[in-house]
Amino acid sequence: MTDPFLRPSVLPPLTGVLAAGARTAAMTKNCHNDYKMKFTTDEEFPDLSLHNNHMAKVLTKEIYEKLRSKSTPSGFTVDDVIQTGVDNPGHPFIMTVGCVAGDEESYEVFKELLDPVISDRHGGYKPTDKHKTDLNFENLKGGDDLDPNYVLSSRVRTGRSIKGFTLPPHNSRGERRAIQNLSIEALSSLEGEFKGKYYPLDGMTDAEQEQLIADHFLFDKPVSPLLTCAGMARDWPDARGIWHNDNKTFLVWVNEEDHLRVISMQKGGNMKEVFKRFCVGLQKIEEIFKKHNHGFMWNEHLGYILTCPSNLGTGLRGGVHVKLPKLSTHAKFEEILTRLRLQKRGTGGVDTASVGGVFDISNADRLGSSEVEQVQLVVDGVKLMVEMEKKLEKGESIDGMIPAQK
Amino acid sequence: LLKHVRNISRHRTFLNMIHSFSRILSSKRNIGILSLMGGSVAAGFLLQREHASAGSPLRRRYPASSEYPDLRQHNNCMASNLTPAIYAKLCDKTTPNGYTLDQAIQTGVDNPGHPFIKTVGMVAGDEESYEVFADLLDPIIKERHNGYDPCVMKHPTDLDSSKIHSGQFDDRYVLSSRVRTGRSIRGLSLPPACTRAERREVERVVVDALAGLKGDLTGRYYSLTQMTEKEQQQLIDDHFLFDKPVSPLLTCAGMARDWPDARGIWHNNEKTFLIWINEEDHTRVISMEKGGNMKRVFDRFCRGLKEVERLIQERGWEFMWNERLGYILTCPSNLGTGLRAGVHVKLPLLSKDPRFSKILDNLRLQKRGTGGVDTAAVGGVFDISNLDRLGQSEVQLVQTVVDGVNYLIECEKRLERGQDIKVPPPIKQFK
Repeated sequence: MTDPFLRPSVLPPLTGVLAAGARTAAMTKNCHNDYKMKFTTDEEFPDLSLHNNHMAKVLTKEIYEKLRSKSTPSGFTVDDVIQTGVDNPGHPFIMTVGCVAGDEESYEVFKELLDPVISDRHGGYKPTDKHKTDLNFENLKGGDDLDPNYVLSSRVRTGRSIKGFTLPPHNSRGERRAIQNLSIEALSSLEGEFKGKYYPLDGMTDAEQEQLIADHFLFDKPVSPLLTCAGMARDWPDARGIWHNDNKTFLVWVNEEDHLRVISMQKGGNMKEVFKRFCVGLQKIEEIFKKHNHGFMWNEHLGYILTCPSNLGTGLRGGVHVKLPKLSTHAKFEEILTRLRLQKRGTGGVDTASVGGVFDISNADRLGSSEVEQVQLVVDGVKLMVEMEKKLEKGESIDGMIPAQK
Repeated sequence: LLKHVRNISRHRTFLNMIHSFSRILSSKRNIGILSLMGGSVAAGFLLQREHASAGSPLRRRYPASSEYPDLRQHNNCMASNLTPAIYAKLCDKTTPNGYTLDQAIQTGVDNPGHPFIKTVGMVAGDEESYEVFADLLDPIIKERHNGYDPCVMKHPTDLDSSKIHSGQFDDRYVLSSRVRTGRSIRGLSLPPACTRAERREVERVVVDALAGLKGDLTGRYYSLTQMTEKEQQQLIDDHFLFDKPVSPLLTCAGMARDWPDARGIWHNNEKTFLIWINEEDHTRVISMEKGGNMKRVFDRFCRGLKEVERLIQERGWEFMWNERLGYILTCPSNLGTGLRAGVHVKLPLLSKDPRFSKILDNLRLQKRGTGGVDTAAVGGVFDISNLDRLGQSEVQLVQTVVDGVNYLIECEKRLERGQDIKVPPPIKQFK
């Protein structure tokens, strides 16, 4: 990567442009959107008659009419926001969001659309609500005693966006490379248990690739049309890569669906340790980015700003792979999960089914509760479900253990 | 007649350029009124044309060198021709509708290519792309079209099918004959860039015109969003139905957006004349039938095309065409005639002869499997069609296919009789 054409020789300009009041300055003229405005709303409004996603449920002609003339300072428009939802009418297992942000300002400029989507997706969260951030791992109670005979692995992930750059659906190659460079600089200054190495996707050796696959660390070019239709796979694999510490317990994805995805994980059930490493590592990384005047995107209404509205707030998914062959076939399994504010997935991730009675159980919420609160729900909920599983193994009833709605 | 049509086209060009800057879209019957305004409109047009290449400044926070794509693993025409200097020159330009270089090359950046097949790696978002990005597209066109130089050469258009001779093949060898091309509606952006409104307008304009076809061309339209299950099954059985593109060459260029909105298939009752709407181009026009009567297939092709052109002109529209590049289509590989004339032909003996490829090359033909561009041959049956698109007319290309296929059949017959065959001398390319 020594080719002068491939790296900016200096870091990108400071983000004064995004400071308060700067929205009035340097608005880029969006030639294509101006051209589009010559057509009427009726002529441009998408056909959503077969659609079943949050965007399709919220977007009326009135809202579209109001938003279509607007553009964020970097040139992102409402059609850019909704393209993925227009192209993907629905998903067999989940209600998808159907829209994405192209930059931090998208959540402001397109609030008429995104606020109701956020409300639908995040349990009625209001535009006036405030989100609490709590990354103090000491506030987590318990979590170090999940039975490893049942809980095979524990993992916490979140995403972070770097202020001053546009998001994966919209960023240019220059921006994406700048994000990578900044990330490499930040991550390579970590020490102790966080000391590690960066593997750029377009530069790794075959041996390195084999190892990353064996460790289940390697991420692939997105094939899901939910992501490709939103433009997140452009220029692959330019400026994408994986960083992990030498212990293989702390992992960062650069420029996949978000600027950064941060993952802490280990085998067994010690969620407490996983969460501690998560919080400490995140805060160290954040300090370094702040020093470079590129802190993380965050505000007190939406918490951490990420590409997909479903990941706003904490962006946190804390979960375990847990063996629940008996409980999972119990009539009340779904209800128990709902009451515990948890969701299940197959062990392959969001679009997979479970194998051998092993489930991925994680928090359902992202916005409106803190990191500590969400991980607490996982810890308490999984502990209860393992006890239920043990009861069922002994042929006993679990009716008395069914929890109240949390 | 053709010359007369071309002159009207040039005059209409001025008017249509103005149309694209006005709000009036469907009511293009005001042709008479606009003709009276000819003078001032032309002046206005010329002023606009001056600014066509200027475009508005793009959001650009990094120098061109930071944005230049990494093409080291790439093997496509765009990657071979996009130097950092050309990128720096063009990266801040937009077409009048706002289409950019980064958009045009995205498909080539995202799809490094195939070691054996060299793809084009770039598309046009609108007619003006071929002007605004000429510094890149001209060398690509030259490379892809075997030396055709758009800066100095002119492309001949000739749809007079009466000129074809010997166009009836031996039915014992030729199973089917087919001619296809594409046409774009001037004034509307192409599939990589079109808005939903533009795409719907293309559908409206074309379907409206096709409803005017008569005689053996009478037919009907099947919209992808409206067709019944029964209609869908019939279209599949007839091998007419086209699917949402899955090839990343197309999806990365944005051609599958909003699928299946405003897409559809029109065909005549006899199922010999077929039009795809809003797939990879505004329209793809196909004439076909079983057996070896290429002359009749091409007759129908020309007749149908001219009739459709007449019908859209009645309504104030025209096809994108210029004398430098011929018919303007989304992919630079389809410029000129956009024509692929071909047959499914049985050549079990010839195809095993080591001289087969050389014979095809010299005859300026290409072979494909009977499933189309990315398939293999089955049972010795090949899809044989013209290699060239630009620099020769439709009549010339179809005659090349006719002469070539007749020669191949002759070779096959000779091999059947145990006689030897000869590799023909190479045909000259630009006549």
